Amino acid sequence: MSTTLVYVDARSLSADGLGKAEHELLTVAGQREGDVVVALSAPHDAAADLGRYGATTVVVPSADTAAAPAAGPAAFVAAVARDAAADVVLLTNSLESKEIAARLGVKLTAGVITDVVAVEGDVFTKSVLAGAYTTRSTTGPHLAIVTLKANSVEPGATGERSAEVRTLEAPDPGPAAIIERTEVKPASGRPGLTDARVVVSGGRGLDGNFGPIEDLADALGAAVGASRAATDAGWIDHSYQVGQTGQTVSPQLYIAAGISGAVQHKAGMQTAQTIVAINNDPDAPIFEIADLGIVGDLTEVLPQATEEIKKRKG
Amino acid sequence: MSDAPAQLKVLVLVKHVPDAQFDRHLAGESPRLDRQESILSELDEYAVEAALQLIEAHGGAKAGHEVTVLTMGPDAASNAVKKSLQMGATQGLHLNDAALAGSDAAATSLALAAAIRATGDYHLILTGMSSTDGETSLVPSQLAERLGLPQLTLVSSLEVDGAEVRAQRDADGQTQHLRASLPALVSVTDQFDEPRYPNFKGIMGAKKKKTTALTVADIGLTPDQVGTAGSLAVAVSAEERPARQGGTVITDQGDAGVKLADFLADQKLL
Repeated sequence: MSTTLVYVDARSLSADGLGKAEHELLTVAGQREGDVVVALSAPHDAAADLGRYGATTVVVPSADTAAAPAAGPAAFVAAVARDAAADVVLLTNSLESKEIAARLGVKLTAGVITDVVAVEGDVFTKSVLAGAYTTRSTTGPHLAIVTLKANSVEPGATGERSAEVRTLEAPDPGPAAIIERTEVKPASGRPGLTDARVVVSGGRGLDGNFGPIEDLADALGAAVGASRAATDAGWIDHSYQVGQTGQTVSPQLYIAAGISGAVQHKAGMQTAQTIVAINNDPDAPIFEIADLGIVGDLTEVLPQATEEIKKRKG
Repeated sequence: MSDAPAQLKVLVLVKHVPDAQFDRHLAGESPRLDRQESILSELDEYAVEAALQLIEAHGGAKAGHEVTVLTMGPDAASNAVKKSLQMGATQGLHLNDAALAGSDAAATSLALAAAIRATGDYHLILTGMSSTDGETSLVPSQLAERLGLPQLTLVSSLEVDGAEVRAQRDADGQTQHLRASLPALVSVTDQFDEPRYPNFKGIMGAKKKKTTALTVADIGLTPDQVGTAGSLAVAVSAEERPARQGGTVITDQGDAGVKLADFLADQKLL
């Protein structure tokens, strides 16, 4: 009997349900043979509800593991993986998940494969070198620790089933940093950048005014993104940056406005299914990868598109 | 609080990577990266800058503080060390052994941890946030795990205060203020101060600085623990993604916003 272990950060579980990226993990796990065990990062009242997403068992730690960044969750997930004799461990592709995956790799002598977009048995597909290549990787006889990119699969239907909830003592995480305080960035009410189906991003060409980008994003129900030029200029917070040193996104639709398309930016978005670029420079490299390119003035094209989309959506 | 170390020893990991401005290629049966046209990873320059600022805040090299840079890679990787020495690092270490070729993150972190243990007691290990070739960002956390150090990753600022390091971490939509006792592992993002350019004095001074070559045997490992033999994740195939075909490019005639809406409707994206 095989077992797929899924790590779920308790913060992604709320009265509204489970975060989309975590729902995708459980969907992939449910497509595999055998049991689906969830290791939850902290005790949570809604732990049993994960049965609705296909979890057979949810293992919760005796105390919140997040106090020790990466080390705490990793120590707990390793204990659950050993206990459940997991064949593969799935995590989201967030920065924190990748760090937990890294430590699990050492603790469990497992191969770690990040940025995965497809899982077929024990072969994992990812794109590398800024999307220039697609590779298929395995961990051979070793356990596989896999981080799955958001938007890789269609989230499965939810049911009414309840999962069995078990508590396991959280092991000593070993030396770890202490979090003195955390400032959570104010929620915008828009979807999160990494799991949004549509992203509207702005760059240097905006000249500091993200208003038209936000308006178009709201008309499309999209997340807002930015190029490094825009975040370095201080027009928008660094957490919105798409690219090699920011967030990597693979939405269905990516609209790049006033972004030239430097290599570092393309690295973060060129696996989007459809790309639209708007730029006043006809020679901008972004046009080489855009399905639709518009050479024009952003201050005219963006508001017109926003009005037109609102009209059609009624 | 205990006292600050009298002589702060900082180790920075630097990597020689193919320049992302050019096309990069994978080749071979177990596909590996073609390492021509390589440079010091841009993201590692921030870690070197952070190390230099840290010792400067405590009196610099004159006060006996040291910044050692360590790289792992073939002969040409010495260029990453050289650039770091020109920026102001004190000395270099170059782990260079044919057995290391093809190492995944697990084998890389095993070799780097062994090299760190074999060469000294460091108060801080600094790395970039990610390599710009493998892009997995696994190695910093794996090193922390192997060396038993607290990890403070993706930091945009840091300071050593007594025997503690304090740092600001920006990731996943939040800012955390972290502290840990030394020794500790810190990875630095591109939100840290801009890396300095080597000046003439730095370039001339680097010629007199020492770089020590290390082999796998020197750090107490055997060839089968590293490289392809010691790797746990292996690429079995690599396909060059067909270059994205540019689609239609139109010039705004006053109706481009409407045309954009038409396109989205055609693609069923509205």
